Amino acid sequence: MGTFEPMVPEAYRVRKVIRELADTYTLELESVSGSPLHYAPGQFNMLYAFGVGEVPISMSGDPSQPHLLTHTVRAVGPVTQAICASGRDSVVGVRGPFGTPWPVEKAVGKDVVIMAGGIGLAPLRPAIYSILQQREKFGKFVLLYGSRAPENILFESELHEWRSRFDTQVNLTVDSASGNWKGNVGVVSTLISSIDVDVSNSLVFLCGPEIMMHFSILELIKRGFSKNQIYLSMERNMKCAIGFCGHCQFGPTFICKEGAVFRFDQIERFFRIKEI
Amino acid sequence: MVTRHKMSALLREAPLFQDLDERIVDLLAGCATNVSFDAGEMIYREGEAAKQFYEIRRGDVALEIFVPGRGPVTIETLHEKDVLGWSWLIEPYRWHFEARALTRVSAISFDAICIRGKCESDHELGYELMKRFSKIIVERLQNTRMQLLDVYGHI
Repeated sequence: MGTFEPMVPEAYRVRKVIRELADTYTLELESVSGSPLHYAPGQFNMLYAFGVGEVPISMSGDPSQPHLLTHTVRAVGPVTQAICASGRDSVVGVRGPFGTPWPVEKAVGKDVVIMAGGIGLAPLRPAIYSILQQREKFGKFVLLYGSRAPENILFESELHEWRSRFDTQVNLTVDSASGNWKGNVGVVSTLISSIDVDVSNSLVFLCGPEIMMHFSILELIKRGFSKNQIYLSMERNMKCAIGFCGHCQFGPTFICKEGAVFRFDQIERFFRIKEI
Repeated sequence: MVTRHKMSALLREAPLFQDLDERIVDLLAGCATNVSFDAGEMIYREGEAAKQFYEIRRGDVALEIFVPGRGPVTIETLHEKDVLGWSWLIEPYRWHFEARALTRVSAISFDAICIRGKCESDHELGYELMKRFSKIIVERLQNTRMQLLDVYGHI
C-alpha cells in the first residue's frame, strides 16, 4: 500500500456476513490489496457502498488481527441498508482508520468498567478484546450492558462466554421482557449500584444513545466516579472524517478528528446543549 | 421468630433505614417479620389489597403486568437491598402490578396497617418514611421515563 490517502477509499472484499439481530449485521472484510489495516479500539472507518454513499462505522472486531476488518452495522438508512445487504465476495470501499481510541493503555493497573447500550456494544468490543488478551495488566473488569429486549441483545454468545470467566463481571439488563427471561429488567444505569470496583482507581468506557449516556454519567458521578474517569463515544453526522467539512462539529471540536472518544470533562459543557 | 432487638439490628443494615433514629427503627421493627418465597412464587397480585411492603434481603423479584395477547411482561426487576412495594402507602392501597420471586427470596415484610397506624400517631416516623419512599418513587419514575423513551430503538 502506498501513502495513506484519507479521502480515497480502498477496496475491501466481504468475507463473511453474520446476522446478529433482525436489523444488525457484522461484516468481516479483507483488503483486496492484501494490506493490513492497523487500528486502535474505538476508531472508525468510513464504509462506502458504491453508488449509494458513505457512513462512519466503528470497528467491532479484534484489533490484533489487522488483516480482518470487522464492522457491525445496523440497517437504518439507505447506505447502511446497502452495506448490510452486501453478499459474500462483494466489494465495499473503506477509508480509515479515523478518530480517537478508547484509552486502554491508560487503564493498565486500574479497574475498568465498560458500559454499553444497544448497538453501543459494538464500538466497545475491540476494547473488550484488548483487555481480555492482556487481562493480568488490569484490576477488576466489569461489563454493564443494556438492551431494549432479550431478542435485541447483541453478541449474546460472547456475552455468555465473557460472563463465564472468573475474572470478568458481566451484568445485563433489558428495558422490558416477556416470556421466559430470568435476567434483569430496568435501565442500564440501575446496574451501576451493583458493581464492586475501586472507584478511585477506575476508568469507565461508555457508549450508547446520548440520553442513555447522560443518565449513566449522573449515576456514575453519584457513585463517586470523577468526570475525568469517564470516557464516552459521541456520534454526529460525519462526512469527510478528517475535520474538513464541518458536518460533525461539536462545540469547538470535530467529532471525527478530536473524537469520537472523548473524556467527559472535556466535553461536559456542550454535552446537554440542544442542537449542538 | 426473630426478637424485636434482632429485627432492629437487621433493619439498620437496610439502605432504606440508614441513619434513622433508633427510636424510629424500633417502632418499625415492631411491624416487621422475616419471610421467604420460593422461586416462581407470587408475592402479590395486581388488584389485591396492599397489606405489606418488603425489603429484599436476598434474591431477585420481577414486577410484572399481564398484557392481553402477550402474557406477563416484566417491567422491572428488584434485587438485594431493594424495596418492594409502595402501594401500601397511597390510597386505595391496592397493588398495581404483580410481584413474582425469580429466585428464592428472603425479605423483611412490614405490616402496612401497623406502619400506617404508627405514622398517623407519630408524624416524625411518617415524615421519615415519606421522604425515603418519595426518593425511591422518584428514582423509579425517572427510570420508567427512560424506558419509555425506547432509547435503543433510535440509535
